[in-house]
Amino acid sequence: MLEIKDLHVKFHNRDREAVAGISLTIADGEIMGLVGESGSGKTVTAMSIAGLLPRKQCQLSGDILLDGQDLLHARRSELRKLHGKKIGVVFQDPMSSMDPLMRVGKQVGEVLRIHARDKDDAAQKAMVLQALADVELPEPEVIYHKYPHELSGGQQQRAMIASAIVIRPSLLLLDEPTTALDVTIQAQILELLKKLNRETGISMLFISHNLNVVRKLCSRVAVMQRGELVEEGGTDTVFFHPRHPYTQHLIASIPTRSGKELR
Amino acid sequence: MKYALKRVGMLLVTMLLVSFLTFLAFQLVSGDPVRTMLGTEATEAQIAALRSELGLDRPFFVRYFDWLCGFFTGNLGTSFSYRQPVWDLISSKLEITLLLSLISFILITVTSIPLGVLSYQWVGGPMDWVRTAFNQLCMAVPPFFTGILISWFFGIALRVFTPGDFPGLHTNPAGALRYLFFAAVCLSIPRAAMTVRMMRSTVISEMNKAYVRTAISRGNDRRTVLMAHVLKNSLVSVVTFLGQTMAELVGGSVVVEQVFGIPGLGRLLVTSISHRDYPVVQTLVVILAFWVVLAGTLADLVNQYIDPRLRLGGAV
Repeated sequence: MLEIKDLHVKFHNRDREAVAGISLTIADGEIMGLVGESGSGKTVTAMSIAGLLPRKQCQLSGDILLDGQDLLHARRSELRKLHGKKIGVVFQDPMSSMDPLMRVGKQVGEVLRIHARDKDDAAQKAMVLQALADVELPEPEVIYHKYPHELSGGQQQRAMIASAIVIRPSLLLLDEPTTALDVTIQAQILELLKKLNRETGISMLFISHNLNVVRKLCSRVAVMQRGELVEEGGTDTVFFHPRHPYTQHLIASIPTRSGKELR
Repeated sequence: MKYALKRVGMLLVTMLLVSFLTFLAFQLVSGDPVRTMLGTEATEAQIAALRSELGLDRPFFVRYFDWLCGFFTGNLGTSFSYRQPVWDLISSKLEITLLLSLISFILITVTSIPLGVLSYQWVGGPMDWVRTAFNQLCMAVPPFFTGILISWFFGIALRVFTPGDFPGLHTNPAGALRYLFFAAVCLSIPRAAMTVRMMRSTVISEMNKAYVRTAISRGNDRRTVLMAHVLKNSLVSVVTFLGQTMAELVGGSVVVEQVFGIPGLGRLLVTSISHRDYPVVQTLVVILAFWVVLAGTLADLVNQYIDPRLRLGGAV
């Protein structure tokens, strides 16, 4: 469903390419993990899929196709019809990613006001409440009328996931969605994502620097280093038989409970 | 609502404190107004008579309480130099000055917020240079100079109003308002320019925040994001600034009143200070302080309405 072919991204104020020719495909209903350290280009890759890169400040080449539709070279006005509707994005820090002055329900429903204008207010509200229930927020009707600062970090991130899936997009981009959360909440969010994937068949690109998290969630994983894709494959294969030295190094540095090797 | 009540309570406490300190201070610095009024030739009997006529022979707290009640009853004592009740002396002038400030405030608010948003959309383009230069000019030219220009252009050349001939506020309200409008324009230009610049920079910094990225990821264009999210988020700091502006306009109007020959508080304030007319000065101090505190309170209440996070109570 998503096909990235030889993607290059270079910012004008940097010498090195942020993304140096990566190719990647995500199948329908698949959860793909994208790992690498800070600056490896994984977020830039996601942002170029979501169309959130400042076009004037960077040079893009290659192809990104979503169900055959071009995401990289299309006009902005064409792309805006896809953003939110076909692609939902969840960012790292839920608190700052939400408009502090807008009630949660209104923010979650924003995507419907843009892309589902044929539905009336009551229908849109019903969809928002359903999405809030889908992400297992207690008392959706209460949450609907709250402001972001009245929610806990975990609840905020659930609300952000609700806003990304309320219109049932085909692809969910998750840019380190659990990094800002504590470990128990992190585990709950991962369970939730698995459930959503199982029940709705939505494809996901999950970006993280945390290999443990990726291992729990993703069926396939791609490893990035300095803008290049160094390894890609089924999660178990990559974890148990890493071929590239960088991947081996990453896996060796995962802290384990007993201090023993991961396997 | 609870916050509003709390805030109004704070305002009253502040005003009580201000009035007390003002009264105390003028008691300490005023010397003996009776001897000043009667001169060196006065007999002790004359002095005692005037002292009791002015009520100065009563204890300090009685006089303070009496004066404080005067703000509600209108009995604020007698001016030493005009031998008139203070309230009669200042009420008509106060009306004009507050009206002038209010018109300026409205002008600033209705022009600067849209212009601030508009100038954000010019950022990076050639209009941005024009705006910067014009903005600097507006801030740099003092109101008394624009006052002279505006009096000449609209008064002498176009004859829209007659400079120096202020129509009575109650006899010719339309004429008086027109007259005040031109004075208000001069008074508001520098502050409006500052507010535009502030609005612009606030919008720029808000547009770089993470929630804007979220809104764009949902399929908004930048213009919709600006109107639906950023504008409201930018207002909090601008409202605070406008609150300060409202307070400062009263002080600024003193100069503009002189240029336009408007019978406001300006001249009275200056003459009563130089004549040591303490009943007038202390009343004006409290009224002006009230205006400043009121402006701050209103700005806070508006901000609490805009931003729910400020309603938490902690920092009122």
